[in-house]
Amino acid sequence: MPKTILFIEDESALQKTFGEIFKQEGYEMISALDGEIGLRSAKTKKPDLILLDLILPKINGFDVLKQLKEDPDTKEIPVIVLTNLEGMQDIEKVIGLGATTYLIKANYSLVEVMEKIKKALGE
Amino acid sequence: MSLKEIFAQLNIFTQCGKYGVSLWQCPQFLFLIMGVVIIGSTLAAYAIGSRYIEEPQIVALIVLVVTAVLFMVAASITRSFERLAEANRMKSEFVSVVSHQLRSPLSNFRWAIELLMSGRIGQIEEKQLEYFKILKENSNRMKELVSDLLTVSRIETAELPTKKEECHLEDIIKDFIKEFQPFATASNVEIAFKPQLNLPKVLVDASQIKLVIENLLDNAIRYIKEPGKVEIRLERQNEQLYFEIKDTGVGIPKDDQKYIFQKFFRSENIMRHQTQGTGLGLYIARAIIEKLGGKIGFKSQEGKGSTFYFTLPIK
Repeated sequence: MPKTILFIEDESALQKTFGEIFKQEGYEMISALDGEIGLRSAKTKKPDLILLDLILPKINGFDVLKQLKEDPDTKEIPVIVLTNLEGMQDIEKVIGLGATTYLIKANYSLVEVMEKIKKALGE
Repeated sequence: MSLKEIFAQLNIFTQCGKYGVSLWQCPQFLFLIMGVVIIGSTLAAYAIGSRYIEEPQIVALIVLVVTAVLFMVAASITRSFERLAEANRMKSEFVSVVSHQLRSPLSNFRWAIELLMSGRIGQIEEKQLEYFKILKENSNRMKELVSDLLTVSRIETAELPTKKEECHLEDIIKDFIKEFQPFATASNVEIAFKPQLNLPKVLVDASQIKLVIENLLDNAIRYIKEPGKVEIRLERQNEQLYFEIKDTGVGIPKDDQKYIFQKFFRSENIMRHQTQGTGLGLYIARAIIEKLGGKIGFKSQEGKGSTFYFTLPIK
C-alpha cells in the first residue's frame, strides 16, 4: 500500500507539480482545492500526511489545522504547512496549533520540500 | 469621528510610531512642542511686559494674536505632512501587497522549472537545459527582488518585527563564509576571517543580522573583478562589537558615495560590470543596523576596493 498525502492547496498549478513528484516517489496524492473539501477528505480518507496551504477558499488554513487537531479521527496525522505567509505571528500560531513543520514556499526547492515530507513520514 | 478615534489621534507616540520616524521628525510631536513654546512665550511676554510697560495686557495680546496666526499656519503644515506620510505609508503597503501576490505565481514557476530540469518528466537536451538554466536564474533573481521589496516595505511601515536574542556573530559569519565559498572560489576570491578571541554575545534579531552580513559579503565578492581578497574582522571596541569587511573590488566612485545607502541606488561603475542586483541591500542593511542601535559606514576608493563596517552595542 503506497502512503497517501492529502494536499490542501487552491493553486492547481502546484497540485499538478506536486502530483507528478508524489507519483514518481511512490506516494498517492489526494488533492483538495479548498479548506472544506480538505477537512472532509482528511476525515474520510485518513491520509498519512497532510500538506496544507494557509490562504484557502471557504475555510482558511488556520481553521483547517485547528479542526484537524481537535478531531480525534485526524489529530494524529502530521501536518506540514506550506505557505507564502512569513510573519512571525503566523508561524507561532501554526506551530502552537500543532503543525509538524512550517515551510515558506519561497525558501524551499521541490527537493527540499520532499525531504521534509519524507522526514515527517518517518522515512 | 468617534471619541475613540479622537483619543487615538491624540496619542502622539502611536501616531509617530506608525510613520516609522523618530519623535523629532514627527509632525504631531513637533506641533505639541510648538504649542508649549507658544504658551511659554506668551506668559514670558506678559511677565516681562508687566515689569517694564504700563499696559502689559496689550503686549501680551499682540503676542497672542501673532502666535495664534503662526499656530494656524503650523497646523496646516502639520496636516499636509500627515497627508504626505499617509500617502507614503499607503504606497509601502501597496508594494507589500503586490510583492506578496507575486510570490505565489513565482513559487509555481520556480518549482515547475525545477521539475522540468530534473528530467523526471522526460529527458531534456543540452541546448534546452541551457535555456532552462536562464529561466531558473532569472526566477531566482525575481524571488530575491520580491523578498527585498517586502523587507523594504516593512521597514517603511515600521512593521519589521525585531525578535532579539543573544547571538555569537562569529558563528553566523563562519556559516556564511562556508555558504559563499563556492561562489568565492568561482570568482577567484579568497576569504579571510580574523575574529578576536573570546568575543561577547550581542543582543540582536538573528534573521535580520544575517540579512546584513549576507548582503555585505555578497557585495564584497560580487564586485571583485580580478583575483582578489575579502578580509573580515570582528572585534570588541569598548562597549561595542565592531565588524569590518574589506574587499579588493571595483570600489565606489567618489561622486556616488553619498548615495550608496539610498533605495535602488546602484553605482555607475558596477552597472557596467554587473547588471544583477536590486540596489536595496545596503538600504536594508542600514535600516536594520540602526534599528539595533548600531552604526554602519564605509570607506572606498574607485579601483582599489571598499571597506564596510558596522557596530553593535554589547548588551
